[in-house]
Amino acid sequence: MEMPKANPAILAKRSRVIERLAAVVAPETLITDEAERRAYECDALTVYRCIPMAVVLPGSTQDVAAILRICHEEGVPVVPRGAGTSLAGGSLPTEDSIILGVARMRDVLEVNYADRVIRVQTGITNLSVTGEVESDGFFYAPDPSSQLACAIAGNIAMNSGGAHCLKYGVTTNNLLGVTLVQMDGTIVEIGGAHLDAAGYDLLGVICGSEGQLGIVTEATLRILPKPEGARPVLMGFDSNEVAGACVSDIIKAGVLPVAIEFMDRPCIRACEDFARAGYPDCEALLIVEVEGSEEEIAEQLAVITKIARKHNPVELRESQSEEESKKIWLGRKSAFGAMGQINDYMCLDGTIPVSSLPLVLRRIGEMSKEFGLDVANVFHAGDGNMHPLILFDANKPGDLELCEKFGAEILKLCVEVGGCLTGEHGVGVEKRDLMSVQFSEADLEAQMRVKDVFDPCWLLNPAKVFPLQASAARRAA
Amino acid sequence: MRPANEAELSEMIRAAQAPLRIVGGGTRDIGKPVAGEALCLSGLSGITLYDPGALTVVVQAGTALSVLEVALAAEGQRLPFEPMDMRALTSADGAPTVGGMVAANASGPRRVQAGACRDSLIGVRFVDGAGNTVKNGGRVMKNVTGYDLVKLMAGSWGTLGVLSECAFKLLPVPEAEVTLLTEAGDAASAVGVMSRALGTPFEVNGAAWGRDGRVALRIEGFASQVSYRRAALIRALGGDWAVLEGAASKALWTRIRDVKDFADAPGDVWRISVRPSDAAEIVARAACPVILDWGGGLIWALSDEGTDLRARLGAIKGHATLIRASQATRAALPVFQPEAAPVAALAKGLRARFDPRGILNPGLMG
Repeated sequence: MEMPKANPAILAKRSRVIERLAAVVAPETLITDEAERRAYECDALTVYRCIPMAVVLPGSTQDVAAILRICHEEGVPVVPRGAGTSLAGGSLPTEDSIILGVARMRDVLEVNYADRVIRVQTGITNLSVTGEVESDGFFYAPDPSSQLACAIAGNIAMNSGGAHCLKYGVTTNNLLGVTLVQMDGTIVEIGGAHLDAAGYDLLGVICGSEGQLGIVTEATLRILPKPEGARPVLMGFDSNEVAGACVSDIIKAGVLPVAIEFMDRPCIRACEDFARAGYPDCEALLIVEVEGSEEEIAEQLAVITKIARKHNPVELRESQSEEESKKIWLGRKSAFGAMGQINDYMCLDGTIPVSSLPLVLRRIGEMSKEFGLDVANVFHAGDGNMHPLILFDANKPGDLELCEKFGAEILKLCVEVGGCLTGEHGVGVEKRDLMSVQFSEADLEAQMRVKDVFDPCWLLNPAKVFPLQASAARRAA
Repeated sequence: MRPANEAELSEMIRAAQAPLRIVGGGTRDIGKPVAGEALCLSGLSGITLYDPGALTVVVQAGTALSVLEVALAAEGQRLPFEPMDMRALTSADGAPTVGGMVAANASGPRRVQAGACRDSLIGVRFVDGAGNTVKNGGRVMKNVTGYDLVKLMAGSWGTLGVLSECAFKLLPVPEAEVTLLTEAGDAASAVGVMSRALGTPFEVNGAAWGRDGRVALRIEGFASQVSYRRAALIRALGGDWAVLEGAASKALWTRIRDVKDFADAPGDVWRISVRPSDAAEIVARAACPVILDWGGGLIWALSDEGTDLRARLGAIKGHATLIRASQATRAALPVFQPEAAPVAALAKGLRARFDPRGILNPGLMG
């Protein structure tokens, strides 16, 4: 992975830029000391690191605007940061950039149950949003697995999803309004507490733009009444093909589970060794969860298990209690931890049409042999969002590069079968150079034109999303 | 002009020397009247790919919506967002097309629970104002690869590009539906009931207040689920409720969706989007017949011909769109809510880049 060379002209004016920033923000919000800046050298994609020129953690929208205005005038690139949990390197700095983090902006500004909305500053964590309304029977639906730590700002930047998006959608489907600060310091209000924003769907294009169009400082989010209950069923199958066919049949039958999770044998085994969830010894495992009242759950599970039985499951375990439900989810939820115990791993999140699942898993198995690296698959099967975990040894020279190459081949395969490079983690730097596999020059040009409108000087998170070569002329201008 | 496929569409736009008026089925003729040669999309027709097991469909933009709906119904599936048919209001002859529906981001009563058209739209292909063919999104539900131009195209009324193909996420058609009806004397009490209903876990997916002064709440699902929820909802809300099932329930929601109660009444029709708790105040200011949908978040207002209803509403947190009016009124009044300067600048910037020659429905949105 290549990052653009630091611009010496910007490095040369570091002290002036810092002086100007110090004049507009509170001293404790400006970090210039090298040891402290080091904490911001990477996000959750820890293989790439770089210490930024300075870090600013402002406390208000006005401060954000003042900071951006200065950086705009000085031509300094700005890398936005939420909680730094990006798996794609979305907030990886460059040496000549300023990190602008919203971590101090965590206020809840309005909770309104009649309108079913909450207005927050975007530094608040995903789980705290639900925490704010939970005791009144509401929740915020998008639930990325990092929800304890990740910030709403990052969720909006990456259009984060989660295990339950088959029913509730992803961030973009639950976002009603934002306060956005453009690179030149202009503050823009888009949408609000009403269901559809006026004019062009700017909200739609801002969500998922990876911090390249502006800094979102406040957001109005939809909150939903909590379902009465939820219960999973676990089923094991002899082959990935059969499990895939079962998923398809469940969907066709008109049941809409809130989650359908899929695990393959290597993953089942690792989770079992790690968490002892009592998973069966089989090729493929599905966890299907439904919601509603007790009767509704029973009825939906009856439909689902009837379908499953037609596919001769080696195991079919309907949860009968809260405890059993927890146990069924335990293995799945510890999948990443289990893999981390075995080795270093790289997690991809390409999405495929559900019908291509058996083919893609078979090809990944073959490639695993060719590359000599093990892969385990966990998968949001309802929406086709894969999560192949490629195991490698970071201490072994050449292993990371081999792993990256293998990862790229898997993502190309996802695109080839009609899917995409990333379903929820975002492009960042990780998949930036693969964008031309999925998109033509005209496709990328159309996207870059949007950035031209919002950030004509290409100063916001400039070296992300688009292949460096494709964005070179714009970044240099 | 009537291209037979995307390549011809691209050629025609590239070669165009003068403004074009983009036409799907011709049933959603709103906005500032556009002068220009008609570019008719009916040649781009047919379902490209339908994968019921993945709840997704890919369809050519000029395809008649009815053709798509019949194909989906055959597999027990549907578009989740219940798109409005504007023919009742506009008395247009044509047949609504998929592309027209997307260009209008047409979303009906179920929007409160299932999202808008833009939420189910997962991929597009379009030709921009310079004739470039662009694809964005795809045919998978979860996709964050690059910027989401899919959403940008939804509701852009053909001013940023001409759609050639659209992909949607679908939902199964539920086994049963039921509508509960109760009297509500004014907008405030109607919104109160609807807000409480939408705040229950019983998945109310339609909440409207009609000209007959009755609040209607819709529940869908498996038959036993619907009967459970119906009882639970009535228990939670209290009061007297009448019940409509099956065809009667369906007919009521079609009437609400298509604003049929204003179809034959003279006057302009406005569509006002607000937060539900502001609805009663806005209804009072509008001082004209209204229908509430989306739990009060959507107000349909029937005002005297040629009046600037926006002036009467004053500053609102939301927006008002003039849906039905004479050509003269549409030329005189802004059809879409005037935007704050920074937003207007972004919109103008996008138009300039996607349609540099200003030939796609010029002026329609501003």
